[in-house]
Amino acid sequence: MIRKALWLSATSVFLTLFTAGGHAEDRVVNVYNWSDYIDSSIIDDFTKKTGIKVVYDTFDSNEILETKLLAGGSGYDVVVPSANFLARQIQAGVFQKLDKSKLPNISNMWDVISERTAKYDPGNEYSVNYMWGTVGLGYNVKKVTAALGTDKIDSWDVFFNPDKLAKLKDCGVYVLDSPADIIPAALKYLGLDPNSTSPDDIAKAEEALLKVRPYIRKFHSSEYINALANGDICLAIGWSGDVFQARNRAEEAKQGVEIGYSVPKEGAQMWFDQMAIPADAPHVAEALEFINYMMTPEVIAKSSNYVLYANGNKASQQFVDKAILEDTSVYPDEETIKKLYTVKPYDPKTQRVITRTWTKIVTGQ
Amino acid sequence: MTDIAATAAPSTQTPTLPARLAKGFVNRLVIIIPYLWLLFFFLIPFIIVFKISLSQTAISMPPYTPVLDFSDGISGFLAGFRELNFDNYTWLTQDALYFNAYVTSLIIAGISTMLTLIVGYPIAYGMARAPATIRPTLLMLVILPFWTSFLIRVYAWIGILKPEGLLNQLLMSLHIISQPLVILNTYTAIFIGIVYSYLPFMVLPLYSSLEKMDYSLVEAAEDLGCPPIGAFWKITFPLSLPGVVAGCLLVFIPAVGEFVIPDLLGGSQTLMIGKTLWNEFFSNRDWPVSSAVAVILLLVLTIPIMFFQQAQAKAQEQGR
Repeated sequence: MIRKALWLSATSVFLTLFTAGGHAEDRVVNVYNWSDYIDSSIIDDFTKKTGIKVVYDTFDSNEILETKLLAGGSGYDVVVPSANFLARQIQAGVFQKLDKSKLPNISNMWDVISERTAKYDPGNEYSVNYMWGTVGLGYNVKKVTAALGTDKIDSWDVFFNPDKLAKLKDCGVYVLDSPADIIPAALKYLGLDPNSTSPDDIAKAEEALLKVRPYIRKFHSSEYINALANGDICLAIGWSGDVFQARNRAEEAKQGVEIGYSVPKEGAQMWFDQMAIPADAPHVAEALEFINYMMTPEVIAKSSNYVLYANGNKASQQFVDKAILEDTSVYPDEETIKKLYTVKPYDPKTQRVITRTWTKIVTGQ
Repeated sequence: MTDIAATAAPSTQTPTLPARLAKGFVNRLVIIIPYLWLLFFFLIPFIIVFKISLSQTAISMPPYTPVLDFSDGISGFLAGFRELNFDNYTWLTQDALYFNAYVTSLIIAGISTMLTLIVGYPIAYGMARAPATIRPTLLMLVILPFWTSFLIRVYAWIGILKPEGLLNQLLMSLHIISQPLVILNTYTAIFIGIVYSYLPFMVLPLYSSLEKMDYSLVEAAEDLGCPPIGAFWKITFPLSLPGVVAGCLLVFIPAVGEFVIPDLLGGSQTLMIGKTLWNEFFSNRDWPVSSAVAVILLLVLTIPIMFFQQAQAKAQEQGR
């Protein structure tokens, strides 16, 4: 027993020395987040408060992030994939479970969002929500009014009804180059289950999309921000925050372009960007501290005020700008939230069918 | 070339044996360096990609099996080795998509190369015939665009070609057209983008072979009554052929795999092999199939080039 006690105390002395040594050196956390997705003063504040240096790096597509993670040894400590990508990455063993005892701020999280993210990350064991939003319709108010005679865009019908979309063809329609966002929307419009993996249902979605294909100018996942802001196009299916960015750029440019965003009444897809720690992260303790800091109500509210996305932090809502909190296209009302749906990640076989269907829709081959 | 070597040879003194050995060693070293480069940055990566193309996709890190390593000993390595097969190549033949994408890429690259040659040849010819004092300036002007990022230059074309863009505004204010031309997001825009981006790669080799040409040959032809156009086709063009070939290869090869220009300037209907590879790799997360696409692309490109070089070498020998 004595020997064991000695051994234990020796180990603890060693550990104290070791961790003290760690403290003496610069503490660092390597963060990999979406581009234009944080108020940079938050990073400075975090370094001031904790003494941990933040190496902040950005990406602009889930695919790029995923490739780095799957190759392993990315060197990142905190990454922010979207939930449907996260689910598959968890299966592949990319992430480590979060030590909740190091995350006291987790009590601030919003159950409405956590319940939904748990579909991707059961028990929210691997991730914490950063921001969330919807896939909806961004439009140029004046041009759409001129073409359709109304600026009331509140249904997928404006896109999936070939007669209506044909009127918008000349002023330009862009669509996300992302089958996982558009095929479920088509299924929802057809009254089918957006999560359906049945080849028959996917074929029906394909048919619906092929009907409107002649009126779509381009499939692209980021160009629509500029195209909307410059007034080059009048309708885009896009991610909520991107459309808000386009709206702000258009306002700044003062060229008279007015951008609207609508969550279709039939229901729209919700997406979630989740903070997680790679299994091979070199600075786990710092990563947990960073994630915990990001769950501080004032901090994440500051981020929402800057990036114009809703966050999954209930306690932060009192600090979010009123204009954003009351904007139902950012924080939809309860009625609308009930209609929003989530889409589970596809299994590899369905993924192949979906991608092949998508290639056929986009290129006609 | 052989004339110069023959006249230069007698003037060099025969060096001592150790000096010759040293010189031989240095020469060999100089030759070895490019081979080492090819070994480390081409052959080994190619073998890795080829190996992945024989694997199967899996939800793991990395996303394919088997991962060959020696941690399980030699038997584990061999067991993994036996799992490799050519299924992914069979898969590529079952869907016409891949074949069409290859063919489209080759056609787009072929047309773009011809257009680049047509645009580049007069530029190079003009440069080579310009007074020697201003040639360095002209050369500088050809290289100048490289100082701006390739991506920014391609983006700039969006601003020029779009319906409300600079080109349409200009043409409409001059009353040449009444409706904006639709160029952006079409094949025309891709050709413009490729010709613009790769023009220096065509002009530089053309210029170097045209500049070396002995212009007195053309003068002699003209003195003997050959009209200028005839002299060009009989003398100038054949003598510049090495430059034409080098320029065409430098444009054609990267244009086949081009991804950025069709993505930004082309329409969504453009199906090129670069995009197909991207889809397989990123959307389907199917590293094995995308590796197979890459291996076939490499074969499609290198085999004709090898045949071509062989034919050229034979022609040179016969010419001698």
